[in-house]
Amino acid sequence: MRYAMAVDTKKCVGCSDCVVACQTENNVPIGYCRDWVVEVMDGTYPQLEIELRSERCNHCENAPCVRCCPTGASHIVDGGIVLVKPNKCIGCGACIASCPYDARYPHPKGYVDKCTFCVHRVSQGMKPACVSVCPTKCMYFGDLDDPNSDVSMVLKKRKYKTLIPEAGTKPHLYFLI
Amino acid sequence: MNEELIISGRENLMVDPQLHIWHWPIPLYLFLGGLAAGVLFFAALYYLMGKENEYRSAVRRVPFLAPIALVLGLAALFYDLRHKAFFWQLYTTIRLESPMSWGAWTLLVITTASFIWCALHIREFFPGWDWKYNWLKDLEVFFNKYKKQLAWVILIFAIITGVYTGILLSAFNARPLWNTSVLGPLFLASGLSAGAAAIVLMSKNREERLLFTKIDLIILGVELFLIVHMFMGFLASTQVQIEAAELFLGGPYTMVFWIFVVILGIIIPGVLDLMELRGKNIPAVIPGVLVLLGSFMFRFIFVFAGQVSRWLY
Repeated sequence: MRYAMAVDTKKCVGCSDCVVACQTENNVPIGYCRDWVVEVMDGTYPQLEIELRSERCNHCENAPCVRCCPTGASHIVDGGIVLVKPNKCIGCGACIASCPYDARYPHPKGYVDKCTFCVHRVSQGMKPACVSVCPTKCMYFGDLDDPNSDVSMVLKKRKYKTLIPEAGTKPHLYFLI
Repeated sequence: MNEELIISGRENLMVDPQLHIWHWPIPLYLFLGGLAAGVLFFAALYYLMGKENEYRSAVRRVPFLAPIALVLGLAALFYDLRHKAFFWQLYTTIRLESPMSWGAWTLLVITTASFIWCALHIREFFPGWDWKYNWLKDLEVFFNKYKKQLAWVILIFAIITGVYTGILLSAFNARPLWNTSVLGPLFLASGLSAGAAAIVLMSKNREERLLFTKIDLIILGVELFLIVHMFMGFLASTQVQIEAAELFLGGPYTMVFWIFVVILGIIIPGVLDLMELRGKNIPAVIPGVLVLLGSFMFRFIFVFAGQVSRWLY
């Protein structure tokens, strides 16, 4: 099983509902966020093009954060989700420096925190909070190994890209273009 | 025009607007670790070469810097941890993929070995030293018997300590400035030159000072070569590494790097070393302090600038 998420950059309106849903669902400390929306503006007026991306941890297959973790606190669980065990994390910050997406942050309690793909919801068959709350339904979540999952179906139909593939991380967050 | 903005807001402390997860304790430790590695390397090397009496300071006296530097460095590292109560988790596993993991074990070995080495030479500073307890005396006899093996352990682990500080940074491909394999040898060279400079500063024997001035000069040359080599590599590499190099070639770190690290830390002490070897009488304190300062600044600048360098994004 390989969980993945696809975000439709043509449908996203940048409302930041995913960000708020995540903060509420996961009790993210005030002032921090595990997901965020990026706006890319291309061209000069009046020839402008905008791309909107809801971004988070890419749950990389070749995760640099897991590789560099000195204690094994950063690890990959079934389904390819990258997680942090708070009581194994020493808060050295190596994983934060190693992430090309800057998806991690030091939790005020000391350990490192990040997007969990809402593993507590996903393991019960639900969708991650950000996906289920999206008003334009621009996010797709599911198992890449299952050809009938939402994410597999949409990746078959649409063109997509990943972020910084040249970093060799094999990300599991896709952007439909 | 191409402009990327985070429009939902993201102000994760120490990550935004620019990564700054590692502050002064990390480069301070990298410097102290490198200095200790350099000092211990020369002590073990000249002991194993049988030159204990010719180069008495290098083998017996200067190594006392090592445990002090290592303990201060470890304290800085510990201070930097944000989840301190769990630091012992480092010593529940060895992960060869993670330089920080095997580096932590290396530090444990080299720190212990440096304490033993100093204990064996404690009479250099306190001629009438008495260990008082019999088991301590037995231990001293034991380690004196296996001093050669201890010296080998120190020699090997000093090299690993010197290289590992560089490998630690070069393992992060997310930070293009660090992501070069030259960094391992460069940090080792910088540590060895700091070690040689410390010996020149502390030695009272002219012959010994001249030898380590010569060694220092050679290592400074190697360091300069590695720095040029590193920038050539960056400029011939991908866009992100070209941009990383530009931080030092016109960017915000240009002045501080070329003035403090290259001119004051390598070229001027190198020229002074050369003059000393040509028979001019240069006060040893000038090149020695400059080399130490250069080595110190090099690590600060590299740790800070590395966190500025990033992927196109």
